[in-house]
Amino acid sequence: MDKMTTIPHTDQARIAGMGEPGKVRSRTRAAKRARGLSDRTMAWLFVAPTIALLLAINIFPLVWMIRLSFTSLNLSMSYLPLRFVGLDNFSDILSDEDIWVRLQTTAQFVIASVALQVVVGFGLALLINRRFRGHSFWTTIILLPMMLSPAVVGNFWTLLFQPQIGPFNYLVSLFTGVPPSSFSMTGEVALAPWTIVLVDTWMWAPYVMLICLAGLRSIPDYIYEAAEVDRASSWRQFWSITLPMTVPFLMLAVLFRAIENFKMFDMVNLLTSGGPGSTTELVSITLKRAAFEKWRTGYSSALAIILFVTVFGAANIYVKALNRVKQR
Amino acid sequence: MHMRKSATEGWSKRAGGALALFAGVTLSAVASGPALAEGKQLTLCWAAWDPANALVELGKDFTKQSGIEMKYEFVPWTSYADRFLNELNSHGKLCDLIIGDSQWIGGAAENNWYVKLNDFFAKEHISMDDFVPATVVGYSQWPKNTPNYWALPAMADAVGWTYRKDWFARPEIQSAFKAKYGRDLTPPKTYDELKQIAEFFQGREIDGKKVYGAYIFTERGSEGITMGVTNVLYNYGFNYENPKKPYQMQGFVNSPDAAKGLEFYKELYKCCTAPGLTNAYMQEGLDAFKSGQVAIQMNWFAFFPGLYKDPNVGGDKIGFFVNPAGPKGHFTQLGGQGISVVATSDHKDDALTYIKWFAQPSVQQKWWQIGGYSALKAVVDAPDFPGSAPFAPQFLESMAIVKDFWAEPSYAQLLLDMQKRVHDYVVADKGTSQQALDLLVKDWTKVFKEQGKQVASQ
Repeated sequence: MDKMTTIPHTDQARIAGMGEPGKVRSRTRAAKRARGLSDRTMAWLFVAPTIALLLAINIFPLVWMIRLSFTSLNLSMSYLPLRFVGLDNFSDILSDEDIWVRLQTTAQFVIASVALQVVVGFGLALLINRRFRGHSFWTTIILLPMMLSPAVVGNFWTLLFQPQIGPFNYLVSLFTGVPPSSFSMTGEVALAPWTIVLVDTWMWAPYVMLICLAGLRSIPDYIYEAAEVDRASSWRQFWSITLPMTVPFLMLAVLFRAIENFKMFDMVNLLTSGGPGSTTELVSITLKRAAFEKWRTGYSSALAIILFVTVFGAANIYVKALNRVKQR
Repeated sequence: MHMRKSATEGWSKRAGGALALFAGVTLSAVASGPALAEGKQLTLCWAAWDPANALVELGKDFTKQSGIEMKYEFVPWTSYADRFLNELNSHGKLCDLIIGDSQWIGGAAENNWYVKLNDFFAKEHISMDDFVPATVVGYSQWPKNTPNYWALPAMADAVGWTYRKDWFARPEIQSAFKAKYGRDLTPPKTYDELKQIAEFFQGREIDGKKVYGAYIFTERGSEGITMGVTNVLYNYGFNYENPKKPYQMQGFVNSPDAAKGLEFYKELYKCCTAPGLTNAYMQEGLDAFKSGQVAIQMNWFAFFPGLYKDPNVGGDKIGFFVNPAGPKGHFTQLGGQGISVVATSDHKDDALTYIKWFAQPSVQQKWWQIGGYSALKAVVDAPDFPGSAPFAPQFLESMAIVKDFWAEPSYAQLLLDMQKRVHDYVVADKGTSQQALDLLVKDWTKVFKEQGKQVASQ
């Protein structure tokens, strides 16, 4: 009886007059299969397509890439026999002076652009947080660059930087008196690295601003009111309340932007193609050239793994630091 | 039974209707021409540039004659190699016919991307002896100088130069030039003369506008600066390898003469080009010339018909000259492409029909007339050819002195290595010309070793 009460389907079977308990039990299972699935099965059914997709487009290529990184595969010479080369690709990369120079270039770009974006983004957030008249309009205007495609940004800044017809050089000329066609922002070794930093900052400082704005608006008003009661100056309030309370948000912005800029390809490729010479050749451009222009599949797979491990490791260390700051 | 009978009747009625419809469609298709009757279509892949438009025009005749519809996939030069090599590498079916760059021929043959055309040529009596020898070696053969054909020479091309004939003809400019250099201002025959002319025009004011000396290739991303610098290097004594010992590059690629050639290119770039042209190739050159910014321009012959027709700088205002000679020889960089049948195509027979049609002298003649460059001797050796276009004599002269980049399966690596080393030296002021070429030998040696070649150092 107990069983019958706990399994409602058996009840239904009895009502339908379907006979003895043995038969009832097997029919119950069949009915269960047909009409009711357990929560666990349902959960698996819902998650299965996502897992399948993830395996197909993420995990499988990753595993395949790891396999390829130990081979000599070069797609432009696929007629050559595929050889297992062990760690040769990895040692080739790590002993290649050029790769280290590219990594340095990338690190310089990441540090300069993220630092500038944090300063500009935080400054803009402080400004917008004052809720002056028309601040919503200005917020929208400021956010526009980050809504554009990097391809569009790369192309139109190329035109803006054109030494003879580009308005940027004329603007510089207006303030400095230097003839506009006497310098090329994307073509000179001394200027090109700063050019990519400038454009990246123009595009992504609004993103940092958004994150900082969220941080600033999460600070309760009563803290500032208490500070004012204690006659703390605005400067003091900034150093003792605003900055410490937005640091976790700033750190988050730094994490997101650093990861993104480490992978930066499209905008820089359009602006300078890594030039002049190899001055702005970030490691992602080197990777693309190795994989899809030189077709060195084995070598580029190894390089991709090294970059992945680098970013993953650095991000993990950073997240731990971020958590420590949050706990304080 | 009744039910069954009526179903059978219904079926036979429907079948009768379908047959009638099929017959109608077939009849109307037959009546409306072979294209619709067979529904055949070919896709031809090439670069997006002036001659491609001429080919579309030419292809209409093929459709009329064969009933095979032509579809085109044209990609800008900057992504042309990436796009189509990716397609060929992945055994895609996008292209039935491809006009592939001359340097692809080694990889295409070794990887079986193209159909070998020897049997087809023999069957259709198409002789490679009927084509300009440099184009046969450059576009069709692999291994080079062996009778193994993978393409039909389709678009002959080489690097040439244009100049502002109207500026050169001005008496005040003529006299100023003569006063400075003690000779008449005429199109240069040597690179020293070219540099003098470029220096002379650099920063000069003409019609109230500041103009610049020369436009030369400096592009970094694809092949630009290599296709520019080789025009000087060849004439200063650069060789890809020891003619007697294949793949021995030491002392040939980086000979002191070759280093001088590279230095010269850098000097020309520094002294006499318009500002900002640090990453410029074909289109930037056309823009600079058309906007009246430069006196002389390096570019491919393929663009010269369009430039000649330009309302602002074409006609009487433009002149053409062959790549100038250097102290060690007189060569120019080969451009151009051959047309091949893609091995993975489902329409190989139709694609071969197109090649057979394209190889006809009458089609080749029209190809030249509407803006393409034929490589057929019957066209270019005809007595009236030099007078058929103002740049025809220079084109003929150039095709007799062409040299090409490596066409090895690993050409892309070789090319990108050269792009890097040359751009680093010329544009980014990194190291000396000798160091740049030494590093290039090192890079190329590594590539050839990976390819399994024996590379002798001495």
